[in-house]
Amino acid sequence: MTVAFEIGLVVLLLAIAAWIIAVRDTFAAVVAYVAYGLLLSLAWVRLYAVDVALTEAAIGSGVTGMLLLGAAARLRETEAAAAVETSMPLRLAAAALCALISAGLAAVILVPPDRVPTLAPMAMANLAASGLGNPVAGVLFVYRSLDTLLEKVVLLLALVGVWSLAPDRLWGGVPGLRTYVQPNGILTFLAQLLPPIGIVMGIYMFWNGANNPGGAFQGGTVLAAMWLLVMIAGLEDVPPISLGWMRVLLVIGPAIFLVIGLAGIVLAGAFLAYPADYAKPLIIVVEATLTLSIGVTLGLLAAGPPERMQQR
Amino acid sequence: MNALTLFGLCGAALVGLGLFGLIVNPQPLRKILAFNLLGNGVFLLFGVVARRGAAAGLGGDPVPQALVITAIVVAFSATAMAVALLLRLFEETGQATLSSDDPQNADADGGRS
Repeated sequence: MTVAFEIGLVVLLLAIAAWIIAVRDTFAAVVAYVAYGLLLSLAWVRLYAVDVALTEAAIGSGVTGMLLLGAAARLRETEAAAAVETSMPLRLAAAALCALISAGLAAVILVPPDRVPTLAPMAMANLAASGLGNPVAGVLFVYRSLDTLLEKVVLLLALVGVWSLAPDRLWGGVPGLRTYVQPNGILTFLAQLLPPIGIVMGIYMFWNGANNPGGAFQGGTVLAAMWLLVMIAGLEDVPPISLGWMRVLLVIGPAIFLVIGLAGIVLAGAFLAYPADYAKPLIIVVEATLTLSIGVTLGLLAAGPPERMQQR
Repeated sequence: MNALTLFGLCGAALVGLGLFGLIVNPQPLRKILAFNLLGNGVFLLFGVVARRGAAAGLGGDPVPQALVITAIVVAFSATAMAVALLLRLFEETGQATLSSDDPQNADADGGRS
């Protein structure tokens, strides 16, 4: 019906993607990537995947964009030195290879299978037992909860990896997040104005995620964004990574998920199974603690490895 | 051609563009960006598969959609790790390049400055 909108969106997406690859200035490429991520979340909405759209806007575009912007700003002076052009034959060979791969994928899309495989009826048939109304949340926290648990562990492992890149003498120090303290600046104003709204929004997204698009991830990301905003504006100190309560917050979500999962072996007969009458409350407890843990983990991942000791 | 096929083709093109950037661009940060584009293309293909599997009153198959959510988070973890490695490389050597001739260049630069 409204294919014109989709055509415009796809043309814009591909044009920006090509620009990201071709443009010389890395900073410009990263700025384009953030805009591209937001357009991509529009594409997700058109694909009836609002949960994915929220995740893409929050994590794929937002937090990733912030991380890459910080790195691009720091590496700016190395750019001229690193601009060694790849030779023309290699470029042509790479272009041919990539065109071939794209053509192969396009062929798969253009020739759909006779019977499209789907798990949607099965997912819906058993959703009521979990007390959840959002099938995506059902997949994340009931059917494929092992994936969700392990993905939290991946986030924590990435944080451990980032921290371990700090020199030995700085272990337990303060992450090198750049702050911009201007007492009367617009950033300070926004950092005072937005967090109350953002915190309510984050909690709403987690709470509402049981029955509507949203969930622990998207809510946690909004909380992380608010925390980062306050730290960047210099209203709150960046905490040292040795801080005890912060480390508790980091692991509390995955730990409670794991404990409930193990209890499932005894109470419900399988790892990560929920006892029939308590499924919904247990999922809410898991999601609430995960929201907190995800918020803190994402904030610290974006803040980077420790770069100075606490006494300034 | 319907909208769904269009998004599928967009995903396929993004995979190609991302892979091209990953191979051709010498700067590590640009490689990380290109890697993210490649990933987005794969996710979009998943989205099209999910939409095709629409059934039981849903707009799309929730299983691939949930997989994509997990994948976006894992891709972010990998990106954060890669950026941290790159910044550490820059701190250690004063350069941010993966080129194999560069230890000599770095020495030459170090000697000059």
